[in-house]
Amino acid sequence: MKKLIRDPQTVVPDALAGFAAAHPGLVRVQTDPDYIVRADAPVRGKVGLVSGGGSGHEPLHGGFVGYGMLDAAVPGPVFTSPTPDPILEATKAVDGGAGVLHIVKNYTGDVLNFETAADLASAEDIQVETVVVDDDVAVKDSLYTAGRRGVAGTVLVEKIAGAAAERGDDLAGVAAIARTVNANARSMGLALTAPIVPHAGVPSFDIGDDEVEIGIGIHGEPGRARIAWEPVDGLVARLMEPILEDLPFTSSDDVLLFVNGMGATPLVELYIVFDAAASILRERSIQISRSLVGNFVTSLDMQGVSITLLRLDDELKALWDAPVETAALRWGR
Amino acid sequence: MEALGTEWALDWIRRSAAVIAENKGELSALDRAIGDGDHGENLDRGFRAVIAKLEGASPETPGAVLKLVATTLISTVGGASGPLLGTAYLKGAQAAGDAPGLDGAAVVSLLTAARDGVVARGKAEPGDKTMVDAWTPAVDAATRALGGGGDASAVLEAAAIAAAAGAEATEPLIAHKGRASYLGERAIGHRDPGAQSSALQLRAAADAATGA
Repeated sequence: MKKLIRDPQTVVPDALAGFAAAHPGLVRVQTDPDYIVRADAPVRGKVGLVSGGGSGHEPLHGGFVGYGMLDAAVPGPVFTSPTPDPILEATKAVDGGAGVLHIVKNYTGDVLNFETAADLASAEDIQVETVVVDDDVAVKDSLYTAGRRGVAGTVLVEKIAGAAAERGDDLAGVAAIARTVNANARSMGLALTAPIVPHAGVPSFDIGDDEVEIGIGIHGEPGRARIAWEPVDGLVARLMEPILEDLPFTSSDDVLLFVNGMGATPLVELYIVFDAAASILRERSIQISRSLVGNFVTSLDMQGVSITLLRLDDELKALWDAPVETAALRWGR
Repeated sequence: MEALGTEWALDWIRRSAAVIAENKGELSALDRAIGDGDHGENLDRGFRAVIAKLEGASPETPGAVLKLVATTLISTVGGASGPLLGTAYLKGAQAAGDAPGLDGAAVVSLLTAARDGVVARGKAEPGDKTMVDAWTPAVDAATRALGGGGDASAVLEAAAIAAAAGAEATEPLIAHKGRASYLGERAIGHRDPGAQSSALQLRAAADAATGA
């Protein structure tokens, strides 16, 4: 294993130190317990947004802390949910008196730890609402599983709910917008290679040079099916069909098309994926009115991609276009 | 038939920490097959923190020992196993109360409360391929051993044997909870790492009682 690290045990704190040094005007990085907050937190009268989860998905979530998006991000160890204490401390740090929204990806560990932290925050008289993101259509039978996973759609929830909080919506309103985004977003991903978790030192799963894992999550957990590699248009169709059928997206829908790299996929390939997805949408007369392409919800050094479609209305478009200033997304300001 | 006191609880936890450290590679390997490959690392981090905490504390009852284990695991392990195992120890501690020693019936209450806590938090049922598949047979066997006149260490021995068998019996199952549930039939043939680590901890509890 070759990685640009000092010690597998200090990957997260070492990266946090770098993040603090790189973005001093934007964020403060607290240690022991570890969390990242907006430099101007708490913002009086504004609903605070807190998200978090295992590390290794950067820029999620720390890269989305700042004006118009998250107030705090709580990084756990690599691929492992943070514990309740830092989530509680981050929640207290961003409470500007209007309550705090927890945005949680639907993974058992994240849900249990955020649930515990929300209980503790309520005991300290902080109003907390929780929105669980579960946009991954690869998980079919939610009755017999832990339910659909929260994957790249989380970025869209954080951006749009963050804009709603910034314009002054109350806690119930911001939570409702976040749930609307989740309800209208669908994602699915694939992997060409497995990630190597630093403290494990070996790939999280075995995959042949000619194989593709379809329906991958974002923690290096295997997906639903293993297929032989085929050219990109076929692979993209295997992601797009379940996404389109699930909501379902229909002709004349307006969508945001988000092509997300898993960490080690060249941007040039992500644009080829975008082209392939766009032509499928064109065939169905679905209008792409917003787009996002890049590495936003990664899985360490995994090669792969996920596609997210979000059905837009005028309000969601306005909130998407609203100013944002974070390490990883910034426009309009 | 001596009741199990604070020394037993401390020995249990030290043995658990040692066995988790010894098996962390194997636990993570089980987790790599059907999860995300960090179960051994996470539990080892938690138990190392527990041992460090115990050095500076002097809990006076088994319940106090288990409460310290619970809060430390909840605040250091993360993932799903942190809150779940932490809840098991917390509920076990509450069942033990401030009794200085635990007889067979008290041990059965402790194990039952721990198992019920895990079920309440994680909402898994037996057969879902989770740590419940070690805890539930352990509680059932402990209850039977008590009914047959077993003392505290006989109850723990029965629990440990049943937990190990329960962990092994997760191998042919499809997972219905946790990350392994995303695999469908591909989870078949792999032992659940949470059931395995729970069985190791229950074996440590039994060995601490007999001094094995």
